[in-house]
Amino acid sequence: MKIVVCIKQVPDTKGGVKFNPDGTLDRAAMLAIMNPDDKAGLEAALRLKDQYGAEVTVLTMGLPKATDVLREAIAMGADKGILVTDRVLGGADTWATSTTIAGAIRNLEYDLIITGRQAIDGDTAQVGPQIAEHLQIPVISYAQDIKVDGNTVTVQRQYDDRYHVLEVQMPCLITALSELNEPRYMTPGGIFDACSAEITTWGRADLKDVDDSNLGLAGSPTKIAKASDKVRKGAGEKVTPDSPEDAVAYLIGKFKEKHVI
Amino acid sequence: MNLEEYKGVYVYAQQVDNEISGIAYELLGKAKELAAPLNTDVTAVLIGSDVKGLADSLAEYGADKVIVVDDPELKDYRTEPYAHALACVINKYKPEIVLVGATAIGRDLGPTVSARVATGLTADCTVLEIGDFPLVAVPGKEDEQKHNQLLMTRPAFGGNTIATIACPNNRPQMATVRPGVMQKIEPIKGAKANIEEYNPGFTPDKRYVTIKEVVKAVSNTVDIMDAKILVSGGRGVGSPDNFKILEDLAAVLGGTVSCSRAVVDSGWKPKDLQVGQTGKTVRPNVYFAIGISGAIQHVAGMEESDIIVAINKDEDAPIFDVADYGIVGDLNKIVPALTESLKAELAAK
Repeated sequence: MKIVVCIKQVPDTKGGVKFNPDGTLDRAAMLAIMNPDDKAGLEAALRLKDQYGAEVTVLTMGLPKATDVLREAIAMGADKGILVTDRVLGGADTWATSTTIAGAIRNLEYDLIITGRQAIDGDTAQVGPQIAEHLQIPVISYAQDIKVDGNTVTVQRQYDDRYHVLEVQMPCLITALSELNEPRYMTPGGIFDACSAEITTWGRADLKDVDDSNLGLAGSPTKIAKASDKVRKGAGEKVTPDSPEDAVAYLIGKFKEKHVI
Repeated sequence: MNLEEYKGVYVYAQQVDNEISGIAYELLGKAKELAAPLNTDVTAVLIGSDVKGLADSLAEYGADKVIVVDDPELKDYRTEPYAHALACVINKYKPEIVLVGATAIGRDLGPTVSARVATGLTADCTVLEIGDFPLVAVPGKEDEQKHNQLLMTRPAFGGNTIATIACPNNRPQMATVRPGVMQKIEPIKGAKANIEEYNPGFTPDKRYVTIKEVVKAVSNTVDIMDAKILVSGGRGVGSPDNFKILEDLAAVLGGTVSCSRAVVDSGWKPKDLQVGQTGKTVRPNVYFAIGISGAIQHVAGMEESDIIVAINKDEDAPIFDVADYGIVGDLNKIVPALTESLKAELAAK
């Protein structure tokens, strides 16, 4: 079985968010990590590899420093890393990003493609389904469980108030939820291998069957009109009452003032 | 692509088990607002099996027209027949704007359809308006500024940044919209829409997955998005049993219990009670954050609440940065005392 896992390097917005004194985001101070949903997708691929044997290729699109997440993936057990990077690909929206990644994947043999459901920087959840659309293969989003039997993949697909057990034939694309599993740690041997592993780098010329008009900032249908850091609502009052009774009296007073009661 | 050909504001009227989802009505309310300056009308696209009877309720909430795609293949949601249905509607009717709920269905359907019809899609929008792109004309290039564009505003970076996005050169302009943000209109009883049935034909192929089983979560609770008072608990509540004190407080105020992601991840409460970025967006009159530290992802789902009360023993918890009334103290003592005191206050009225 050949599995391609798409991963993204993102700033750590979970807990590691740092602000400048003026309330704007201090991006430089934030760590770059492997996107959590993608890491769960990688773990799912590695478990299939442990169980049945598989070749796991990790692929990312980004700046050259994104090789860090490819090496991390190899240290966890992935076999190969591919970086898609090119100045002309910069500023891509989800349409141009999915077009690019599909163009890269057309060079590969694959049975299963796994992406994270969404990345914590953009939170769009669009790139996975759009890659499947460009490749004309079935997609199952929001996977909370993945099982493989021969050529058949059985997936628990999460919805708001239920899940569906879906069956699909490979090749297909699955988007992974971070609750799918607990990703493994890198192993010392893996880290050793990852340091020396060769990362394949592809540019625009290596993308198959894509038109220049669909790439990068110029090829993105959506355009940013304005972007700003959110100014959060300021803190109200914070009190440390001496007793629960004082706390209750304080709140009851406020509730009366605001006509809650 | 001749952009002028594309007319009308369309809404994907999501239904589950042949019941219209609240988000469909919310989108119709917003669509009506957007249609006014464009001098156009609002069309709901209803996709499912045996769903035609639901069209009138869409009219009551603002649809001028309802396009019904009704086929046995469309019984439960699956990406493939649904994406085919919506993409065919778009290709045939050429709408200017298509709105889809940012639900677990819409966030799968939206991207697939937008890629199929080769247009842009802006995810999880919280503000939609009609305006100019660029917002301010470039000096000397005034004639290049486009008017009557859909301006789509959305949070990113876990809610830390806000971006306004346009789709000036492709049609339709597509957005998924966060549930709980847009307002429904007061329903117009007895309103009738112009109903049009359309079936593009469905031929199952390898992209049609098979549904082997549908497993519904058992939940008898009110939808937390409709609650006026929410008593929300986090990991600090300590145990599933200890949620009893939150339930008692909610009961006194006629409210509902909700929770943070940590609580769902620990298996203490079901997913449909989760507030936050990967849960639901709520804006009740009063939101109690009890034993919730206030991770940015949680705050993104509740910061629009009218009054936020936080009770937490950690005085540095970030929840205090958004709380109107923050109390540093032991929730196990304060919450039951508050419940008793409220009982007495309300009984005295």
